[in-house]
Amino acid sequence: MATETATKTGKMVKFIITRQDSPDAAPYTEEFEVPYRPNMNVISALMEIQRNPVKADGASTTPVCWESNCLEEVCGACSMVINGKPRQACSALVDKLEQPVRVAPMSTFPVVRDLVINRERMFNALKRVKAWIPIDGTYDLGPGPRMAETKRQWAYELSKCMTCGVCLEACPNVNDRSSFIGPAAISQVRLFNAHPTGEMNKAERLETLMDDGGIEGCGNSQNCVRSCPKGIPLTTSIAAINRDTTVQLFKNFLGV
Amino acid sequence: MNGNSYLTRKIHSLLGVIPLGLFLVEHAITNYSAFEDGPEGFNDSVSFLNGLPLVLFLEIFGIFLPLLFHGVYGLYVAYQSNWNNSRFKYGRNWAFTAQRITGVITFIFVIWHVFETRFQVALGNLTHEELGARMHEIFTNPVYIVLYAIGVLSAVFHFANGMWSFLVSWGITVGPRAQRVSAYIWMGVFVIVSALFLLSIVAFTGSDFAESASAVRTWIG
Repeated sequence: MATETATKTGKMVKFIITRQDSPDAAPYTEEFEVPYRPNMNVISALMEIQRNPVKADGASTTPVCWESNCLEEVCGACSMVINGKPRQACSALVDKLEQPVRVAPMSTFPVVRDLVINRERMFNALKRVKAWIPIDGTYDLGPGPRMAETKRQWAYELSKCMTCGVCLEACPNVNDRSSFIGPAAISQVRLFNAHPTGEMNKAERLETLMDDGGIEGCGNSQNCVRSCPKGIPLTTSIAAINRDTTVQLFKNFLGV
Repeated sequence: MNGNSYLTRKIHSLLGVIPLGLFLVEHAITNYSAFEDGPEGFNDSVSFLNGLPLVLFLEIFGIFLPLLFHGVYGLYVAYQSNWNNSRFKYGRNWAFTAQRITGVITFIFVIWHVFETRFQVALGNLTHEELGARMHEIFTNPVYIVLYAIGVLSAVFHFANGMWSFLVSWGITVGPRAQRVSAYIWMGVFVIVSALFLLSIVAFTGSDFAESASAVRTWIG
């Protein structure tokens, strides 16, 4: 497509955006037409709507609210449902999207306003499973044990998780009727249990997942691994933690 | 749910394999004797099973109670999911939804099937020797043949796909390659066990089962 002619001919891109005025308000859709610019992404279109909040039918409206931060798909803030798939708006290039572009909030999470969602449950999940390495103490603990390079390589892949929420949005078992913790936190348990120092608190993290709102809600639909923008092997992580929790279950039974 | 849902879900998962999965395969093999050896073969298999020591104990603790727990808790598990196949058209996501649909179908089918067979034996309306003839009676109605075919295919799919999930949920097949190979194996099991059940349906419709059917006809009316 000759982008320079498109700019001259005033080519427009149509957006259908699901909006919501407040957390309890009913959602509704509004259509917008945004001037095409080469290499534009969904964020730049939203910025254009913010500059000129006029709907496709010419009526003015309030600017669409959204969250974004890094604009390079590493922070996870701009996750939204674009043409039916949860993903980051910053890496959603309009040239690669079917038009009209349908944009909606990831409604698995509480919607704050328009495309802004509250991902607090994910951060609470990380706190619950203690997704960190405890090294604080009253004296210098000295250097920790070394990590094998082969292990570091796959653990690094797990560390790419940006808590963006796409895996929870894709999961059929993350909803109001289920207490499933979601794939992201389970993968983080695998990451911190793989770390030689983090491993010292392995049982504690596993036991959190072996309680209500833990790992048992996984139904193996495997949408998470297909949706993860960072390509994290989430289903491998879940199965590996399934193995570890099974071993932990027998250890607890036998009291060893 | 009260108590620890992890433990409940694990028991649900384990009971699906031992004893229910084992029982399903045993049932398929027993029925297949009707196709292989006709009424005598089927009756021999039935009397062999009923000749097992502690047979009532095995039926209650090995079949009935596990079935009840797995079925009722399974309905709750199905209720907990939000199907999203229109947005995520992936094979495993279809299997996820199918697992829940076939579970509910199997639940209803098993209640109906047990009512027609084992429950009537318990009431004294039917003897074990008349079971083959009873099945022949049921299958004189083509609608019931279709319903039974749907029922057994659902049950076998639920078993085969459930075995795939069981191996993941207990951490036996961890990597994507292991899970893929496991999927092929259980697909094969689905085909074989389905064939055993469907062939036994064919066998029960045969005229050789009709001869002993007259005895049963008196109470069906």
